[in-house]
Amino acid sequence: MRIGIIPNNILQDITRQIGTAETKDTHTHDRIVTAIYNNATNIAKAVVKRQSLGTHWDQKIDDVITSRWLGFPIMFLFLGTVLWLTITGANYPSQVLAAGLFWIEERLAELFLAAGVPLWLKGLFVDGMYRALAWVVSVMLPPMAIFFPIFTFFEDLGYLPRIAFNLDRLFHKAGAHGKQALTMAMGFGCNAAGIIATRIIESPRERLIAILTNVFVPCNGRFPTLIVLAGVALGGLATTSYSSLIASAVVAGIVVAGVVITLLTSWLLSKTLLRGIPSLFTLELPPYRKPLIGQILVRSFLDRTVFVLVRAVTIAAPAGLGVWILANTSIAGQSIINILVGWLDPFAALMGLDGFILLAFILGLPANEIVLPILIMGYVSAGSMVELNGLEALKHLLVVEHDWTWLTALCTMLFSLLHFPCGTTLYTIHKEQKSWKWTVLAAVIPFGMACTVCFLVAQGARVFGLV
Amino acid sequence: MTTQTLYSLHWLPLGTRGKVARVNAAGNLRRRILEMGVGPGTEIIVNSVAPLGDPIEVTVKGYHLTLRKDEAKAILVEVG
Repeated sequence: MRIGIIPNNILQDITRQIGTAETKDTHTHDRIVTAIYNNATNIAKAVVKRQSLGTHWDQKIDDVITSRWLGFPIMFLFLGTVLWLTITGANYPSQVLAAGLFWIEERLAELFLAAGVPLWLKGLFVDGMYRALAWVVSVMLPPMAIFFPIFTFFEDLGYLPRIAFNLDRLFHKAGAHGKQALTMAMGFGCNAAGIIATRIIESPRERLIAILTNVFVPCNGRFPTLIVLAGVALGGLATTSYSSLIASAVVAGIVVAGVVITLLTSWLLSKTLLRGIPSLFTLELPPYRKPLIGQILVRSFLDRTVFVLVRAVTIAAPAGLGVWILANTSIAGQSIINILVGWLDPFAALMGLDGFILLAFILGLPANEIVLPILIMGYVSAGSMVELNGLEALKHLLVVEHDWTWLTALCTMLFSLLHFPCGTTLYTIHKEQKSWKWTVLAAVIPFGMACTVCFLVAQGARVFGLV
Repeated sequence: MTTQTLYSLHWLPLGTRGKVARVNAAGNLRRRILEMGVGPGTEIIVNSVAPLGDPIEVTVKGYHLTLRKDEAKAILVEVG
């Protein structure tokens, strides 16, 4: 059929006739759809050969994965295992990378000195820019290189729609849509991508809920931060053999907290700003597919790991410069960074953070990837630390030099989970909704949530004498 | 067609196999259900229920479809 040939006026005529037919006979649409399906069935019978294999074990797997007793434990186990593999696996390569990159830093410094470059210029480029880059690469690359291939593997397998199926009841109760679980899963990759993915939700009301709460899923840029902080500051509480286990449990707990807050916020929104009735949940559960390992490795490495790393590096380089300047420019004997930190400190302390941490989140608005590097730069420039060798050094920097307790780490992780979407995500929200109101709310609601939760956790811990 | 009792889909126990007799809904819901291939005469199998009791998963036309119980209510099935 050559639809393009039908003149417009005839098309309009047909549409009108269908319209009047529908008002007279409500089954016109039924008949059209039935006819299409019958046609398709006949064509399929004629040309498709079915292998009867496979359908059976598909069903068996589904029976286990979505079963009443095992459905949820399996989801937690899945999350926990992925995180544990990432945390345990990332430690050693991170040390090797750090050792290599900081060896280069020393050579660079020598080179600058030998060339007679002024000291401030060496500071700007070596201590500022290069060191920020080295931190980003050595701290973030290993967890990403492990996490993304594993996650892509399960994505390819077809596990994610099953998660949406398992969780739909909760979203339904919260006045949202089960498909939101899918857009959240996309958010693990990147919140901006998660925002685009909300196009699959047809109801505008439920779509907005999904958009406003997507940031509660830790993205690529924040996952490494969470993993590193959990490993460094919380894993150290137990003996070494259990530390990575505890760290993975903590990160898994943070993710679950994100889901709980998503549901809570969705519920609040559907009771206040975005009232309405829930729409339908008809979703296809695709058959399980055998993941293509080679493709997964290439895709997760190029599309995700390298993508995030390049983004982090391109933003971290100027940010490193900027932070170094802030740290080394003095007004009335005090560096700018210390002045800013001093202003933020009282407010941050209420939430279990310190001024450096809050400043890092604020300066990190362009991209979440650089929050941790900015924090480290701030600490390093304020302290006496020169030697850096990966995660061990970071632990020393935080715990010994800047008095981090488990509460500082926990509040920082919660703040990172909840705070506000990065610049790119906000830009995407504005492009998708064409509305300043919702864009601003998309930043204000999470920020309010982050402050409230951190405040309650910090004050609660202090009241009960846990710290 | 002989007179036979029709059951709402959300009622049927797991593993039940039947034929769709009628879709008792109007508007968007009816449209959506039919468009997903659940029309009169279609064979349907109830496969599983989500851990929290809702939604359910059925097989129609060789693929897996999920429906909330509220939506499944509208689908009347002829069993046996």
